[in-house]
Parts: sequence; C-alpha cells; structure tokens
Amino acid sequence: MLKARGLTKRYGDTEVVRGLDLNVRRGECFGLLGPNGAGKTTTLRLLLGLIEPDGGSIELAGIAVPRHAREARMKVGVVPQMDNLDPDFSVRENLLAYGRYFGMEKAAIAARVPELLEFAGLSNKADAQISQLSGGMKRRLTLARALVHDPDILFLDEPTTGLDPQARHLIWQGLRRLIADGKTIVLTTHFMDEAERLTDRLAILDHGRVVAEGAPRALIESHIEPVVVEVYGEGMEDWTRTHASQVCQRYETVGETLFCYTDSADTVIAALKHAPALRYLHRPSSLEDVFLKLTGRDLRD
Amino acid sequence: MTHFFRLPRLSWRFVPVWQRNYLVWKKLAIPSILGNLADPMLYMLGLGYGLGSLLPDVGGMPYLTFLAAGTVAYSTMNAATFEVLYSSFSRMHVQRTWDAIMNAPLTLDDVMLGELSWAVAKSLLSGLAILAVIWGLGLYGHFWMTLWIIPVVALVGFCFGGMGLVMNALSPSYDFFLYYFTLVITPMVLLCGVFFPVSQLPPLLQSVSAWLPLTHAVNLARPLVVGNVPDSIALHVVALLAYGSLGYVIALALTRRRLLK
Repeated sequence: MLKARGLTKRYGDTEVVRGLDLNVRRGECFGLLGPNGAGKTTTLRLLLGLIEPDGGSIELAGIAVPRHAREARMKVGVVPQMDNLDPDFSVRENLLAYGRYFGMEKAAIAARVPELLEFAGLSNKADAQISQLSGGMKRRLTLARALVHDPDILFLDEPTTGLDPQARHLIWQGLRRLIADGKTIVLTTHFMDEAERLTDRLAILDHGRVVAEGAPRALIESHIEPVVVEVYGEGMEDWTRTHASQVCQRYETVGETLFCYTDSADTVIAALKHAPALRYLHRPSSLEDVFLKLTGRDLRD
Repeated sequence: MTHFFRLPRLSWRFVPVWQRNYLVWKKLAIPSILGNLADPMLYMLGLGYGLGSLLPDVGGMPYLTFLAAGTVAYSTMNAATFEVLYSSFSRMHVQRTWDAIMNAPLTLDDVMLGELSWAVAKSLLSGLAILAVIWGLGLYGHFWMTLWIIPVVALVGFCFGGMGLVMNALSPSYDFFLYYFTLVITPMVLLCGVFFPVSQLPPLLQSVSAWLPLTHAVNLARPLVVGNVPDSIALHVVALLAYGSLGYVIALALTRRRLLK
C-alpha cells in the first residue's frame, strides 16, 4: 500500500531524513515513532508528495510520488498535527467544502455527511461553529473530514496529542472501526501506549533513519529483558554501585531512578528487602523501554 | 532560493478554493459590501462635489468625472490588495486553511490561483459599484464604451492581486502590511493621476509614474469613462498583465519557501 526506498531529505546542511525504507501493507495500522526532530513529520510530508525528496522513491497506493502526488492524494485522508478546520464554516460546511477539494459533487458529499457526523459523534453539532467545539470534537471532525472522499489510506500526525483521556479513547475507538473496515492507517505518535494498543507494526525513527521495525510485542521481546524494576529514593546511587551489576542483567540510571532490566525480578526484589529506604516499581517491560533504549534518554529539543 | 522557482502549473482545481472564499463572503456579504464600497464612494462624491465646485475643468473634464475615473482604478486596486494581504494571510498563516486544502489533491499553485481569482472577483465587485455611480450620475461619455471598464477592472484586480501575494508571502504578521500601504500603495495613489493629472508632477516623478501599474490602470479607465478610445491600449494591458503574472510567480516561489519552514 505504501513503499518508500532510500528516502532522503536535506534542509540546507541538515539531513532530516537519511535513507529511510518503509513498507506498509494493505489493511495494516502502521506506527511511526521517534523523539522530536527524528523526522516523523517530514517523512509524512514526503510520503504525501507535499515536499520533494532529495533521493529515493515512494509509491503510495500504487502511484509514484511526488510525480503523481495529486492522483495519490485522491486516495489518502490526512489528519494533521495542528487542527486546521475552517473556522469560517460550520461543522457540516467544513465537510461539504472539503469534499469539493476532491472534486466531489455537492450531492455526493451531502449524502455522506450524516454518516461522517455519526462517525465523529457530532450528529447533533452539524450546524455548530468550529469555535464552539471542544478539542476532542475538533479532532474527531478533522478525522471525519479526512474520510469525506472515502480514502483507502489514512495519515494521522499525532492524532491524540493534547487530548484528555476520554477524548483519546474516542479517537482510538474510531480508528479501530476504520481498521475493521479495512482502511490502511499510518500514524505518528509520542504515546507508547497508543502505539502498543493500535498498531500492527511500527518503525522507530531516530536521526532520520529507521532504527527498529516490527510488531510492538516482537520489538519488546527482541530488544529488552522481559521485566523492569525501577528503583528510586534515598541511597539509590549507593545501592546501584554495590548491587546493580550483580542483580540486574542490564541497568541504567536516569535522573534519580535506576532502571534494572532482568529475566526475573526475584533476586532484585530479594536484594531490595535489605534496603528499606529505597522504593521500587516492578513491571513488565514495555515499548517505552525499547524506545528509550534505542533513541537514548537525553532530552531532545 | 532559485530551486523554489518554477513555472506555475495551472489547473481547474483552483475553482473550489475560489468557491470556498465566495461561500464565506456570502455569509457576511452586506457588511462586507458596505465596508468595501462605501468608503471610496464617499471620498469620490465628497471631494468630487466639494473640491470640484472650486475647480475649473481638470484634464479637460469636470473634476467629479476626472475623480470618478481615477476612483474606478484606485478602489479596484484597494479591493484586490486588501483581499490578498489581510484575508489571504488569515487563511494561509492564522487559520492554516491552505495547509488543509493542500492535503487534498491541490497544489500551492492551485490555492494561490484560487486566491488570486477571488481577489479579481472582489475587484470586479468594487469596480462595478463605482461604475454604477458613474452611470447613475451620468458621468460618462458613451454608455457602451463604459462596458469596457469591466474587463479593465478585472485586469487591475489581477495585477494588484498578484503583486499583493508577494507581500503576503513575505509577511511575518499583519503589521508588516502597513509598510506596503505606506511605501507602495499610498505613493502610487498620489503619483498615478487618481486625484490630479500626472502632468502636474515634476518631470522626474512623471517618468517614475509612467512605470507604475496604477498609471496604466488609470490611463485605460479614464478615457473609457469620458468616451474615448485609450491610447496605447496594448502597452497598458501588457504592463498590468506583466505586473500581475510576475507577482504571482514570485509569490509562488516565496510562499513555497515559507511553507517549508
């Protein structure tokens, strides 16, 4: 459904995307993860043919991009990171106007509007102004707008950033419905739980390259020990010096927390019994641990 | 910078952009018409009658007629300029409407052609309103001749729409547009024979005036009002087309660069 080979993009002297390969299959939900500045948004813009790559090839819905980007975008719906609904139009008019950009007849769009409003949970807001909508409603309308021309593939750039938990769940519910309908979805996200929950496969990007790719569970299994014990509190440094290398298979300290990775937490917890001042959290390893291992723990600004 | 330049690829996809602006305008049509049109008309009638009664013929015609012909060009210029400056800037920069549209199968070329053609439509509206006053007050020589003012008005809208889009591409905020008005538009109004004949200017300024687009607009509009065939029609038409097209092409390159950042 989407293929990219050896994609590169430079802005001045900085290479933002450096030889990126991607392969998204039909009907799949594919995640693009990466710290800020890893090249996620640039990659999306390249895939849509909004900017021209300096090298590499893209095939989107079987169409060469950017050469035939117009034709390709006929089959793609986009939910951008920043809401850009048309504030001069009501909810319904936003859908009508957007359909026209795809060359649809007014009657054909109007016939789709009730279904789209129902999907967005905005049936009773059809005539509301955009400024009257909450953040979650706006995002749902943006998602419905991206579906106006019934695309095969959807691009979502951080679809739930800035939303409260209830609103996030509604978006997830909508996306699962689309996946069940057979749509292909490509999404970028900062939220590891979102990626674990929604995606069939994902790629972790760093410095414009794919550093790992696979199903979320498979990535966790292949990159990380199954269990993590997070240790923190007074005396953590001393304990790390004296015990960490003996009881952990691998460990890292970040700020005032020790991350102790292991196959079994029993020995770690037994050792911690003798250090009552320390507190700890014992949990299965997650995608976030993979992400932090591969992209480092330093702050990206 | 050079690689942002390329010839515009025009397509009919600009039509829904035009239509979008039209539908929004329609919602606020009455206050918009009053706001856009009352102002130049008040100036024209106030100065035309008030000042005109003190003056002998200006440029071989009553001052009100002289001023009315200038106002056709001047209000058309203003309508197009305001549209592509403040309104287009809102849609491009503040509301991000252009971004949304370009996720559909439209390119920047289409979006900006839509904006330009909408500026032409607003100019037509503005020019027609002044023309209606000219007809109503019987300020014209030959009625049929005045109909040629309609395409002239569209051309003037195209010219200043294209030029204004360059400012739109360069502007960091609304405040920036004030420079354009103070340094370009206002001097042009004074140098191009809107309020008084260019022949009143010192020779140096007269030769500057000959290069300014508004001069070409006035030189087409004024004879048509009075009922004469304008001199050097081809020169004026080509000049207005050139300013507008060049503006559009440069604005396209500058906007392409801007939106990449």
